[in-house]
Amino acid sequence: MNTEHILETRQLGKDFKGFTAVSGVDLQIRRGHIHALIGPNGAGKTTVFNLLTKFLRPTTGQIFFNSTDITSEKPAQTARRGVIRSFQISSVFPHLTTLDNVRIALQRPLGTSYYFWRSQNSLNQLNARAMELLELVDLALFANKAAVELPYGRKRALELATTLALEPELMLLDEPTQGMGHEDVDRVTALIKKVAQNRTVLMVEHNMKVVSQIADRLTVLQRGRIIAEGPYAEVSSNPQVIEAYMGTVDTELQGAH
Amino acid sequence: MKNRMPIVLLVLAVLGCLAPLAGLYPVFLMKGLCFALFACAFNLLIGYTGLLSFGHAAFFGTAGYVAGHFVKVWGWSPELGIILGAATSAGLGWLIGGLAIRRQGIYFAMITLALSQMLYFVCLQVPVTGAEDGMQGIPRGHLFGFIDLSSDLTLYYVVLAIFLAGYGLLQRVVNSPFGQVLKAIRENESRVLSLGYDVDRHKLLAFVLSAGLAGVAGATKTIVLGFETLTDVSWEMSGEVVLMTLVGGMGTLLGPVVGAFVIVSLQNYLADKVGAWVQVIIGSAFVLCVLALRKGIVGTIAARLQPKAINA
Ligand SMILES: Nc1ncnc2c1ncn2[C@@H]1O[C@H](COP(=O)(O)OP(=O)(O)OP(=O)(O)O)[C@@H](O)[C@H]1O
Ligand SMILES: [Mg+2]
Repeated sequence: MNTEHILETRQLGKDFKGFTAVSGVDLQIRRGHIHALIGPNGAGKTTVFNLLTKFLRPTTGQIFFNSTDITSEKPAQTARRGVIRSFQISSVFPHLTTLDNVRIALQRPLGTSYYFWRSQNSLNQLNARAMELLELVDLALFANKAAVELPYGRKRALELATTLALEPELMLLDEPTQGMGHEDVDRVTALIKKVAQNRTVLMVEHNMKVVSQIADRLTVLQRGRIIAEGPYAEVSSNPQVIEAYMGTVDTELQGAH
Repeated sequence: MKNRMPIVLLVLAVLGCLAPLAGLYPVFLMKGLCFALFACAFNLLIGYTGLLSFGHAAFFGTAGYVAGHFVKVWGWSPELGIILGAATSAGLGWLIGGLAIRRQGIYFAMITLALSQMLYFVCLQVPVTGAEDGMQGIPRGHLFGFIDLSSDLTLYYVVLAIFLAGYGLLQRVVNSPFGQVLKAIRENESRVLSLGYDVDRHKLLAFVLSAGLAGVAGATKTIVLGFETLTDVSWEMSGEVVLMTLVGGMGTLLGPVVGAFVIVSLQNYLADKVGAWVQVIIGSAFVLCVLALRKGIVGTIAARLQPKAINA
C-alpha cells in the first residue's frame, strides 16, 4: 500500500437492484491534493461519495483510508476518522441559527453530545471558533439568522463552514459551487483552495473553469466506470473524455485555458 | 430565549400552587398534570427529535400497572412504586426503541404501534393486570412512609412537584448539548450522521428518556385514581397523546401542557353533557387545529408574538 495515498479504492462497485451504478472503480487520492471527480449526469459520482462515506454499502470492492480497510465501517465511524462530506443538495439545519449550525459540528469533539443534564451554556466556549468559521465564509453578519432564511449561495457557504469545523483530514465536496452566481463561485473556489492547504479535498464539480483552476488531478467517470485519470491538461485532451463528456462543454473548456 | 426557561417553570409552579385555591377540582388538576407530563415526554420525540411514536401508551400504562401492583400487593410506598414503574417503562423503551429506530418515518410509527399492541394483548391475557376488570383499589398510601396522601389537596401538591420535576428535566434535556444534537437530527438526520454522530444512539437515548417520563406520568396517574385499566395501554391512548401534543403545539415546551389540559377539560366537562359525542367534538377540535393552527395553540401564539422566532 502506498502511504502517499490518503484514500484508495479497489474494484469498488454498487448495484441497485440489478442496475450497476458504479463498477470496478480504482481511485487513488494523493495526500494534500485537490482531486476532482467529474463526469456526465448519472455517471455515479454521488454514488461514489455515498460509498466512500458509508451512506451506501458497496456491492463489491474495498475502501482504504490511510491504509486501513474501512469498507465495513458505519458512516459515523468513518466521519470520526476525519472524512467529512457535504451533500449535492444544500444540507443545513434550517431552523437552527447559522451559528448553531456550525456549533453542531464543533460540539462533537467535546464528547458531551449525550449529556442531557448539562446546560447548553457549556457550548458557549465554542462561539469564538464558530464566529471565526463564519467569518471565513463571509457569514458573520448572519450568525443569529435561521439558516432557512439565507439565500441559496449562503446556505452552501454555511455548509462549507460546518464541514470545515471538524478540521477534516479528507473533505468530500459534492458540487460545492452548483447553483451559485459568478461572484459566489469565484469566492468559494478561492476558499476551497485556501482551506485545502493543510488537507485533502475530493470534489465533484461540473464547472470546468473551477476544476482547471484548482484541481491537481481529476478522475473522469462515465456510466459508473473510470475512463480517464490524471492532471487537467492530460485529461482534457484525452479524446475519449472529449467524446464522452467534455464534448458537451467544449466552449467552457476553451474558456478555461 | 435562554433565560426564559426558569421563568416558564416558575410561572407554572405559581399557577399550579394557586389553581386549587381558585376553586379548581384537585382530581381534575392532577389528571391534567399527569397527561401534561405524558404529552411533554412524547413531545421530546415528535417535537425535538422528529420521531412519531404511535405506541406511547405502552410506557404510560405499563408503569401504571407496575406501580399499582407493587403498591397494592407488596405494600410499597407510592414514590417507590412510581420509580419502579418509570424504570420499567424506560427499560421497555430501550427494547421497543431499539427495534424501531432503525426505521424511518411512517415505518417507525408502525413498529411502535405494533409492539405496543403486542403489549396490550399481554396485559389483556396475564392475570396480574386484572385483564378487562383492571387493577382496582390501589391505595394512595403514605409518601416516604409518613405523609398521608388520602387528602386530595396533599396529593395534589405532590403531583404538582412530580410534574414540575419532570417538566424541568425535559426543559433541561431540550436545552442541553444532547438536546442540540436532537434538534439537529430533527432538522437533517443525514447531515448529523455525516458529521460523525451516532444518530441511532442519540435517538435511542431520547426514546428511553421519553418512555421513562411517560412512565412517571402513568404511574402517578394510577396512584391518583387508585385504579389502572387497559385503556392506558390501548392504541386510543397512544392517539390521545399525539392529539394533545399537536393541539397544544409540538416542538414548544408549553404546548403539550396546554394541549393536555384542553383535551382533559373537554373530556371532563362534555362527557356527562353530550355522551359519546365527546369523541366527535375532540376529533373536530383536532381537525380545526390542524387546518387553522398548524403550529398548535402555543406555537401559533408564539409565532404571532415573535414573527421571526426560531423554533428552538
Ligand atoms: N438509491 C438509488 N437507487 C437506485 N438507483 C440509484 C440510487 N442512487 C443513484 N441511482 C442511480 O445511479 C446512477 C448514478 O447516480 P449518481 O447520483 O451517483 O450520479 P451523479 O454522477 O452524481 O449524477 P449528477 O451529476 O446528476 O449528480 C443514476 O442512474 C441514478 O439514477
Ligand atoms: Mg450527483
